[in-house]
Amino acid sequence: MTKKRIKVKVNGRSVEKEVEPRTLLVHFLREELSLTGAHIGCETSHCGACTVDVDGKSVKGCTHLAVQCDDSQVLTVEGLAKGGVLHAVQEGFFTQHGLQCGFCTPGMLMRAYRFLQENPDPTEAEVRVGMSGNLCRCTGYQNIVKAVLYAATKLRDSQRVAA
Amino acid sequence: MIPPSFEYHAPTSAGEAINLLSVLGSEAKLLAGGHSLLPMMKLRFAQPAHLIDLNRIDSLRGVREQGGQIVIGAMTTESDIISSALLQQKVPLLPEAARQIADPQVRNRGTIGGDIAHGDPANDHPALCLALEATFTLEGPKGQRSVKAENFFHRTYQTDLAEDEILCDIRIPALAPGIGYAYEKLKRKTGDWATAAAAVVLRLKGDRVESVRIALTNLAPTALRAFAAEQALTGNALTHAVLADAASKAMAICDPAEDLRGDREYKTAMAGQMVRRALAVAATRCR
Repeated sequence: MTKKRIKVKVNGRSVEKEVEPRTLLVHFLREELSLTGAHIGCETSHCGACTVDVDGKSVKGCTHLAVQCDDSQVLTVEGLAKGGVLHAVQEGFFTQHGLQCGFCTPGMLMRAYRFLQENPDPTEAEVRVGMSGNLCRCTGYQNIVKAVLYAATKLRDSQRVAA
Repeated sequence: MIPPSFEYHAPTSAGEAINLLSVLGSEAKLLAGGHSLLPMMKLRFAQPAHLIDLNRIDSLRGVREQGGQIVIGAMTTESDIISSALLQQKVPLLPEAARQIADPQVRNRGTIGGDIAHGDPANDHPALCLALEATFTLEGPKGQRSVKAENFFHRTYQTDLAEDEILCDIRIPALAPGIGYAYEKLKRKTGDWATAAAAVVLRLKGDRVESVRIALTNLAPTALRAFAAEQALTGNALTHAVLADAASKAMAICDPAEDLRGDREYKTAMAGQMVRRALAVAATRCR
């Protein structure tokens, strides 16, 4: 098979690499770029642990080819915190105990990050629908929902201050 | 799990994709959202030597109105269907149903065209297209042709799409004001396929059924149109007896495969329930 040269912006940094077409995005991130935040869970697009942002949309990195990301912008959990300060969704999961083992957390954070841009003022029910592509086997979801609602409030407040 | 090796092609026009298909023949598979094909490749159920990725063909995306018809590009994602103001207004059944497909991330990738062309009876758009009397535009080296949804689905994974053709768009007559609609889908959990699902498009005159179309998901080797159930309803008020008769006629055509979602008897019974529920919801939406 012919390798393809791709140019991707990952967490704001331009990357140029040759990839085998069959390389999945999640493997590219973990093995080529050493960004191991996106986790490989089910590998069948069910669990959402591999969720990252591609061109402003949440996708599952296990069911997306790296070669499809040529000219794309990818954001992973490593790109969420800025200047050592946690993003509101990270702060939410931390303060609201939104994790136990932590395996699903990077995917949860990346989905929560994008979901709150799609819907900045969600109801609890909307959070549950918006996060329904991410599975957690520890928490029972209650604190994950709390964490996302916490982040929603914090993001709205910070926008009000900025305005 | 990593898919087997393949050559990757990313055409930017439908013509280019069709040329590639003609040259590569049965060695090639078309890649739409990839949420059926990539998992099948990981499991070696599919091992195409070439993938032709349709994602960079802009002309295959988007929703527009053309002469009373709504034209949906085959590469339009489920998320785009949900957020389409035109569909919400003219064919609200589709956004309602798309919200019941998979989960947010998968809906960002999964396309209506991939859902249809895959020929999987568990997919939701085939039955929706039957209920909406959709027509598909297919294009190959000899040009375009139109195929009605009712003639498109042959058997599981087998459709009218030839090896050298691509599905370009889906054409749906806009629903007239006052028409009721519903998609009722029973599933075990988010992301699962239907245990049973029913799509209904209903027009009432007074309290009597003037016309109705009913189609079923995942209850046979293809999506099914429930003609006998429709006939049992037409001209009648939606009384308990009439609804029971229609549900039993829909159940009579079911031929589901037993799997973890249930045995044949259970799935068939649930088909009847979904038909009843969809009719009840659709009736409340008739004006």
